Amino acid sequence: MATDNQGPLWEVFVQKKSGQPFVHCGSLHAFDKEMALGNARDLYTRRGEGSALWVVPAAAIVASSPEDIGPFFEPANDKVYRHPTFYQIPEGIKYI
Amino acid sequence: MTTKEALYQYTLRLGDAGLILSQRLSEWTSKGPFLEEDLALTNITLDILGQANLLMEYAAQLEGSGKTADDLAFRRSERHFFNPLLVEQPNGDYAQTILRQYLIDVFDFLFYTELTQSADATLAALAAKSVKEITYHVRHTAAWVDRFGNGTEESHARLQKALNELWRFTDELFEMNEVDEVLLKEKIAVDLNKIKPIWKQQVYATLQQAQLSIPENVFMQTGGRKGKHSEHLGYILTEMQYLQRTYPDAKW
Repeated sequence: MATDNQGPLWEVFVQKKSGQPFVHCGSLHAFDKEMALGNARDLYTRRGEGSALWVVPAAAIVASSPEDIGPFFEPANDKVYRHPTFYQIPEGIKYI
Repeated sequence: MTTKEALYQYTLRLGDAGLILSQRLSEWTSKGPFLEEDLALTNITLDILGQANLLMEYAAQLEGSGKTADDLAFRRSERHFFNPLLVEQPNGDYAQTILRQYLIDVFDFLFYTELTQSADATLAALAAKSVKEITYHVRHTAAWVDRFGNGTEESHARLQKALNELWRFTDELFEMNEVDEVLLKEKIAVDLNKIKPIWKQQVYATLQQAQLSIPENVFMQTGGRKGKHSEHLGYILTEMQYLQRTYPDAKW
């Protein structure tokens, strides 16, 4: 099986039921959009996993890098007031 | 010929077409051009085998002597298979496999769509299940015909070569005999004369889109309906029936 010329990489997102979020489930190789969608159907929905599919060229995804963990995500760790559970709700309040 | 005999022959013929085609296609499993396409073709192969299995089970039931689908699949010789010659032709390169599959997919789509209207409830139900699967098959193979035809010089040349090789087997798909006549009266069978022009129109459009020239004045091959096959079927059966021939009634 050829390994050198399988086409660009695509990321696959499956929606289990209408209304639910599309969840990333894997990747595949394909040469064009239609082939990518077909391959996604054949690879990732053979056992009733979904009712809708997205395929996205992997190159189109902008990703954070491991070095970004510090500046991107750690500042959120000590800001408990960003969680709703931080606030006590006074008794007797009906609408919030 | 009674309606029941004709219905058995008809169902068996349809089952044979699917069985031999899926056996042929399965030769590609694990050897596809790349992983994703390997799985895609194997999915198609399994769909077709599943369709054939249901048809064989129904045929065995119609035959009425207690035979099973396995008996029909593994204990008949070449002359008792009634598939069209096209399905037994060698896979060749991937262009040839795809083209053969495309020609059959369009036929099957039109055929099984019509068969959903059959007066025989079992065939109609089998057809309804098959149409959904075949709708996807056509989409897959038509896209490849387009890619090969409008791809590189080499892919185009290979597809044209495949067309030149396989075109002579296409007329046979529409052949009808006494079996069809008996069942047409009962509104059970599909009138193949009715779907032939639609098949031609669709296939010509796709092939022209793929910049292929359709062979003209071809001598059309025939024989499958009568059990007269090309030399290839014998080899397919030898492999497919090996286990049952070597170890009759083997179970695991």
